Amino acid sequence: MALWKPDPSFYPSARMAMQAPPERHAYVAALNYGRNDQPDGIRVVDLDPHSPSYGEVVNALDLPHLDDELHHFGWNACSSALCPYAPHPHLERRYLVVPGVRSSRLYIIDTKPDPRRPRIARVIEPEEVMAKSGYSRPHTVHCGPDAIYVSAMGSANGDDGPGGIFLLDHFSFDVIGPWEIERGDQELAYDFWWHLAEDTLVSSEWAKPRQFEDGLVPEDLLGQKYGHRIHFWDLRKRKLSQTIDLGAQHQMVLELRPAHDPRKTYGFAGVVISTEDLSASIWLWHRKDGEWRMEKVITIPAEPADPDDLPPALKDFSAVPPLVSDIDLSLDDRFLYVSCWGTGELHQYDVSDPFNPKLAGKVVIGGIVNKAPHPRSADPLLGGPQMVEISRDGRRVYFTNSLYSTWDDQFYPDRMGGWMVKVDVDPDGGIQLDPDFFVDFGETRVHQIRLEGGDSSTDSFCYPS
Amino acid sequence: MLGPIGPWLAMLGFGAFHGLNPGMGWLFALSLGLQQQRERVIWLSLLPIAAGHALAISLAVVLVLLGLRVASLPTLQWITAGVLLLFGLYKLFNYYRHPRWVGMKVGFRDLFLWSFLMATAHGAGLMVVPALLGVAAGMESGHAGHAGHGAPGGGGMLVAVILHTLAMLLVMGTTAWFVYRKFGLAILRQQWVNFDLIWAFALLAAAGIAALMAL
Repeated sequence: MALWKPDPSFYPSARMAMQAPPERHAYVAALNYGRNDQPDGIRVVDLDPHSPSYGEVVNALDLPHLDDELHHFGWNACSSALCPYAPHPHLERRYLVVPGVRSSRLYIIDTKPDPRRPRIARVIEPEEVMAKSGYSRPHTVHCGPDAIYVSAMGSANGDDGPGGIFLLDHFSFDVIGPWEIERGDQELAYDFWWHLAEDTLVSSEWAKPRQFEDGLVPEDLLGQKYGHRIHFWDLRKRKLSQTIDLGAQHQMVLELRPAHDPRKTYGFAGVVISTEDLSASIWLWHRKDGEWRMEKVITIPAEPADPDDLPPALKDFSAVPPLVSDIDLSLDDRFLYVSCWGTGELHQYDVSDPFNPKLAGKVVIGGIVNKAPHPRSADPLLGGPQMVEISRDGRRVYFTNSLYSTWDDQFYPDRMGGWMVKVDVDPDGGIQLDPDFFVDFGETRVHQIRLEGGDSSTDSFCYPS
Repeated sequence: MLGPIGPWLAMLGFGAFHGLNPGMGWLFALSLGLQQQRERVIWLSLLPIAAGHALAISLAVVLVLLGLRVASLPTLQWITAGVLLLFGLYKLFNYYRHPRWVGMKVGFRDLFLWSFLMATAHGAGLMVVPALLGVAAGMESGHAGHAGHGAPGGGGMLVAVILHTLAMLLVMGTTAWFVYRKFGLAILRQQWVNFDLIWAFALLAAAGIAALMAL
């Protein structure tokens, strides 16, 4: 465990991390909840173009329990270990912290000695997670400078209490406890990230467990009961400092992508759907006169559709909503990728001027109506661009097609399977599907991707680019 | 061992060693300057960091003075050796643990507190106690004629703390200057050796020195 020099995958700045060698493999969350009594697991996909097994699953790690429902996961340590106030650069980026969002179980998965044969190092049972953290349904994992931060969708005592964030010890993986000291009126949880140099944590709102575990609740959506606020927290004092309501029509504020350069005090948030016109939107948060502000910088409209082509949940609307479910920002803070899971499109925006994003590229695949195929897929594809991950150098983008078990079944009711594709990026803007890269996971669905050595939604940097 | 100047050299040497450790301040000062894009911030930040460190070391002086009132020098040296041995062993296996601190928006008061907290928690003061005892012993024998002096060696130890802090400040400033002007941050990736582990060994070495002095 004791390294003499810092882990070579830690970089002081995002700009330096872009010089990192290309990733050779990916870890992908594989889901079998509600189907064929198989456990979830982690799949290792070969990303080395010189390897004979390029674009294939080279290893499958199955979990010992059923129905964990993996969703997001993260590394135990990353570039934030170099942050100056409590540096521990000799920690290894080695373990994946993998929560089961349905079971509330936490798996610590060791990627050494053979990174292509990960194995389970520790299992923290749901009882322990809930008793010590006060929360259930763990979701997003971020490697902080002082601990591992994990967001959780629900309280430990069922559905009534607030979701929030808890801490895991960096070294032992013991659950330390809830993070918040003063939460104000924050109740719904989902994603979070931070501006480390500003001592600010940002968190978003999805829903309560009863609003998502058995599927999207249409009455709650039309009643505007899903989350529509963003919270800004004092990272140091662990208390809520400001809340911005985007408006009740903007339902489900999900992924948060702050600028990677610590000198920049802005970031992007994705909103899944507007109850007014089914559009999706991207919002920019930024600071002005000491206050955080938010404004809508991208609107993606719904597309008219024949009700016969739509699943029961959408028939009445005669339109297919874009359903922006994930966004991701390249390490140079230049390109924002936006997954339109409903319409089956991945958008690339040039956000060099964050207030005026420009559509720079687009890829079409899957989609509720179009079901656009991949050059290497036999049939029309179900599902659409969902969890996006960008390589550190910004040249390659990977994405998978599953959102969440019960929601997949509502929007893609024809037994959607899992697939993962790759997109090549033109350095000046523009994207295209790699026609040779198509990973078919069969009936197993796939969610978050983590790349070897880090990617664009893992590491936080304390030094300017 | 080195005669009367041995303990003084040790205080200076430890000062340089503490200053070189990125976890003791120069890196924090450097990052603040980079973040605010003002070089002056780097140099100004070093001052409260040095002051916080000095306070932590002064705390060790107070402990030594109190100890000298109730125990003989050799007894204190043995106690110091024992405590350093235990703490060094603890750090050997927990070298990566730091006091909890989150926050980069810091003023001088915060930096002072931070530095005091880091130095104290990592045993910077404890590490120099054998040298302080040496300084006190040297002063006492030098002033053997002055019977009834209230705090034997107190003044000497205070001078030693000042020298220690100046050495630390000089090394912090020089290191920050070289990284800022010459090497760039990339050096953190290549040359940042495991200082926390070295620190644990330094504590054990200090334990050894205290034991040798007691013999």
